[in-house]
Amino acid sequence: MTDLLKNGQVKGTGEIPPVRPAPRGLWWQRPKVIPYILVAPAILFELLVHFIPMVAGVVMSFFDLTLFTLHHWSSAPFGGLSNFRVALDFNGPIGSALLHSFEITVPYTILVVAISWVIGMVAATGLNVEFRGRSWMRSAMLIPYALPVYVGIITWSFMLQRSTGVVNTALVNDLHVLHSPPFWLLGTDAFWAMVAAAVWRWFPFAFLILLASLQNIPTEQYEAAAVDGASAWRQFRSITLPSVRGANLVLVLVLFLWNFNDFNTPYVLFGNAPPSAADLLSLHIYIVSFDSWNFGLGSAMSVMLMLFLLLVSVVYLRVLRRGGEFNV
Amino acid sequence: MSESAVAKWFRRITLALIAVFALFPVFIILETTVKPLADVQNTFQWIPHHITFAPYGQIWHTIPLLHYFTDSVIVSVISTVVAVLLATFAGYAISRFEFHGRKVFSLAVLSTQMFPGILFLLPLYLIYVNIGRTIGINLYGTFLGLIITYLTFALPFAVWMLAGFFSSIPRDIEQAALVDGASHWGALFRIVLPIARPGIVAVSVFAFMTAWGEVLFASVLTTSSTRTLAIGLQEYATQGNTDWNQLMAASVVVSLPVVIGFLALQRYLVRGLTAGSVK
Repeated sequence: MTDLLKNGQVKGTGEIPPVRPAPRGLWWQRPKVIPYILVAPAILFELLVHFIPMVAGVVMSFFDLTLFTLHHWSSAPFGGLSNFRVALDFNGPIGSALLHSFEITVPYTILVVAISWVIGMVAATGLNVEFRGRSWMRSAMLIPYALPVYVGIITWSFMLQRSTGVVNTALVNDLHVLHSPPFWLLGTDAFWAMVAAAVWRWFPFAFLILLASLQNIPTEQYEAAAVDGASAWRQFRSITLPSVRGANLVLVLVLFLWNFNDFNTPYVLFGNAPPSAADLLSLHIYIVSFDSWNFGLGSAMSVMLMLFLLLVSVVYLRVLRRGGEFNV
Repeated sequence: MSESAVAKWFRRITLALIAVFALFPVFIILETTVKPLADVQNTFQWIPHHITFAPYGQIWHTIPLLHYFTDSVIVSVISTVVAVLLATFAGYAISRFEFHGRKVFSLAVLSTQMFPGILFLLPLYLIYVNIGRTIGINLYGTFLGLIITYLTFALPFAVWMLAGFFSSIPRDIEQAALVDGASHWGALFRIVLPIARPGIVAVSVFAFMTAWGEVLFASVLTTSSTRTLAIGLQEYATQGNTDWNQLMAASVVVSLPVVIGFLALQRYLVRGLTAGSVK
């Protein structure tokens, strides 16, 4: 790609001799060296915070790192696959709790991604037309994403309070849909409290990405289709969807990964003691690790979570990449 | 594109409903901040019966909010500045140079987005504690540790966005400078960076938001002297009793910087976020 700067020669400008050539002797001036100097600091920090801990996490998962061995972590006994065996023993208390957490996280993620995508798509399609007040509307839709995560979730928690919250006031006192106010933050309803808060937070992101790629579609395409008598649904299916395919591929994957790893929503809503219906994997592993200080077991669970997500990502990209180009 | 009156109204109503969904919690936040505590602890009132601005004064005394606010500012500002600086260099290298490992680097940087934070939280905690013990540089419970952590959270997207911005700047401009005898470094600092300023500002807002809103690592890596807002705000809730009006007022104060920054720069942010992936 960089013909211009390759080897430090400015190609294609041979007719203009350099007036004062840059000094070539200094090592940090050499075009072969410069890119490495430029990326080195970023790599250094990424290594420290992401890659080394990730490798360490994998290593830790094979060790017996509990409260008793944590302080002398370098001499912690090697446990082989024992942490994995405990985590995957679905008849034991730890394994069955992990399986339950997984069974909550899967529908949670699918629901949040699907609903966020649909709302984001509807909003993006609606705003892809010029009208007065459009930019105000656009800003309004982005506000949930602009607010700090915890502020949004705290607000949902307030709205869902049983006796003082706006949701129950509306449902029971104003609309008379329900006779008695439900406990949104206890029991099985806690699941829906999380979904609502997460959808509210993530649909603006889907909206943002989809709107940006919709704006690249020339309006002539729609006009031609309309002339041919294609219905709005038909236009959406044969023009809109194929055009946003590239953006969609990344969007859905990223939304899936972020929500599958979601820690903020259950943690800010419920703290260290989520109801069983809101026991998402990241928070579950966090509690296993820090309440019992069993870092070996926590690492084993994290490693399995990572492997699962890696598998899903690879399969997803393999299946959907065919026929569409995908550039990182 | 012309559309029928029905379609037009359908569009308007759908958009209005989504906007209400987006803004309703914001309305609740603002409305709650002007209610006295007694009213907040009772049945919800759509229209406040008594209006007071006292919560905006009380928030600073109930918990050390200013202290947490300062902590968040220190951590977010410094990690943003460093992250944007590093991302500028790395993004420039990716967009302008062909070098070994360029593809691997871009992929690796993005893959950090995929992995569960909890996976590297546990080892990072141990690594920070042990660096403190062996080398004497305290990273656990200090600003330094949190700054280093947060800057790496912002880096992947920042590199991605800036590489996209730089690629959109024509190379002829630098070429001319190089012909005139400027060094590659000179071309970067005197020519490319000034042109890329909008992109750099947008990336800064993104990096700032990342640090400002982070919860998971803050919950483990901070102590009472370095506590950030993400964790500190929880202190408005004590055993079974939450000062909701104050909590919401504090939320407004905490949200203003990021919301204003985001809305002011949303255009650049959208362009940056999509530059890498959308063709």
